[in-house]
Amino acid sequence: MTKKQDRPSFQPWLRHQEEADCCEPEPLIRARNLSLRYGERVAFEDVSLDVNAGCITALVGPSGCGKTSFLNCINRMTDLFPKVAVTGELELAGINLLDPRLDVIALRRRVGLVFQQPNPFPLSIRRNLELPLREHGMRSRAARTDAIEEALIEVGLWEEVKDRLDTPAMALSGGQQQRLCIARALVLSPEVLLMDEPCSALDPLAGEVIENLIDELRGRVTVLIVTHNLAQAQRLADWAALFWKQGDAGRLVEYGAVQQIFEAPREKLTAAYVRGRSG
Amino acid sequence: MAFSLLPSRWHESPWRWRMIAIPRDAGAHLLIWTAALIVCAAFVAVLYDVVREGGALLSLDFVIQPTADLGRAGGIGPILVSTGMILLVCLLAVLPLGLGCAIWLSEFREDHGVSGRFVRRSLDVLAGLPSIVFGLFGYTFFCQALGLGFSILSGGLTLACMVLPVFIRAVEVALRAVPHELRAASAALGFSKTARIHRFVLPAAVPGVVVGVILGIGRALAETAALLFTSGYVTRMPESFSDSGRALSVHVYELAMNVPGGDAVAYASALVLVIFLIGINMLATALVQHWQRRKGWVTA
Repeated sequence: MTKKQDRPSFQPWLRHQEEADCCEPEPLIRARNLSLRYGERVAFEDVSLDVNAGCITALVGPSGCGKTSFLNCINRMTDLFPKVAVTGELELAGINLLDPRLDVIALRRRVGLVFQQPNPFPLSIRRNLELPLREHGMRSRAARTDAIEEALIEVGLWEEVKDRLDTPAMALSGGQQQRLCIARALVLSPEVLLMDEPCSALDPLAGEVIENLIDELRGRVTVLIVTHNLAQAQRLADWAALFWKQGDAGRLVEYGAVQQIFEAPREKLTAAYVRGRSG
Repeated sequence: MAFSLLPSRWHESPWRWRMIAIPRDAGAHLLIWTAALIVCAAFVAVLYDVVREGGALLSLDFVIQPTADLGRAGGIGPILVSTGMILLVCLLAVLPLGLGCAIWLSEFREDHGVSGRFVRRSLDVLAGLPSIVFGLFGYTFFCQALGLGFSILSGGLTLACMVLPVFIRAVEVALRAVPHELRAASAALGFSKTARIHRFVLPAAVPGVVVGVILGIGRALAETAALLFTSGYVTRMPESFSDSGRALSVHVYELAMNVPGGDAVAYASALVLVIFLIGINMLATALVQHWQRRKGWVTA
């Protein structure tokens, strides 16, 4: 599997290739005519897209066009808000995610979520990772210790914190806190990782560390990342979806391999947006 | 410069180099400090009065000896025991019921739902009800209808009815103040609703819950009217929870109003009451800090 950085950024001979070269497109998440409304207000409408397994998919577009709401549907965080109505079809590996009888807790174990603001629990670093493991039934302390170490190594935090696992997580820097949050999601070995602008609250250097970390996850975890940073989407993603607010609801304008979106967009709106003319 | 905030000819003025700020906020500062000082002064005045009048009588003997001569002589031993027992009954009833109701209000009801609003409104009305009404209710319900008679049990339960509205509202506010990020973070990791409340929301709200407990204890210890009707005013040592017993505040009231020559003892008893309250306050604060440190729970 080639890394994105190894490839030249401009490959004219790939101009019309519509598939990303990270993987065979194999849909894991399937949305059909998905709409979400908060009471009267429509967040997004009529979104149909397939998220491919093992790939990094970027959701881009201006603020308020339903990207985060779309992300929240996939692990049913929408349940936390009153008066949310989701219609259409949404499947993860063939499971209907909109079924009211769905085991939401099992779903959230398979689909992790990283927020824009780092939000570790106000506990020690160790407890931050231990509590989710215990909640999901890992009884053995030794197994938990191993899983915690593995997750911290994965996000490159182990060397920095291995001597102070029992100190408050809130004392870490912003970038470290965000990596801890990613480790906390990864410690449950999810299949899908949803990331809602994970770098935008961090300084550029810390953001770069997170970006490299997401890059490392390619092929192992299916990543859906909302970002306002087009350069980041281009560097990182295999697939990109452009959302746009049309009328009073967000809609999916174009979805395709990231190179096609950035170099040969089919829609005028996409062309204007990626060239920085609007949005 | 075309536009300047400084007066015209400022560059010639001898004040030019004196960068002394004009005290613009002086009025507001004065008002705020005066208000704070008046409140502090009132507290200090009460404390001074109680210590001056009752301080001389205060001794270990006074605290443990039984009462004699209608309270004019002897100590307040049995009365302290009754007070403690009434408080225990009250807290045992208030803590589970109050926590349960507050969690229901803040976690299981939407902000503007009909049932939540109804319960909240009722609690606010109950919190403002004069204590004599609670006393009458306690007398007819606990003493007569339930047949508990004049007893520490009746008194404690009546106090619980009084304390519950204050306690529930304080805890509900504390629970609602727990940041949404904490709930969202735990929900996203697949914690069940129960685990979310028990592992994150309640621990984060502990300081607020303790404030509720202290407010409740304060209200309970200060209560006289409701207890006169329910737990009685005999001064002997209570033998069980179904025995009648006199609370400290009732003792102060009796000595001050109905026993000629009881003023000094009334003051000394009031002093014990104040010390008791301050002690509980400090103990609760210390316990919260200890607990937070042990759990590594930091409130930002």
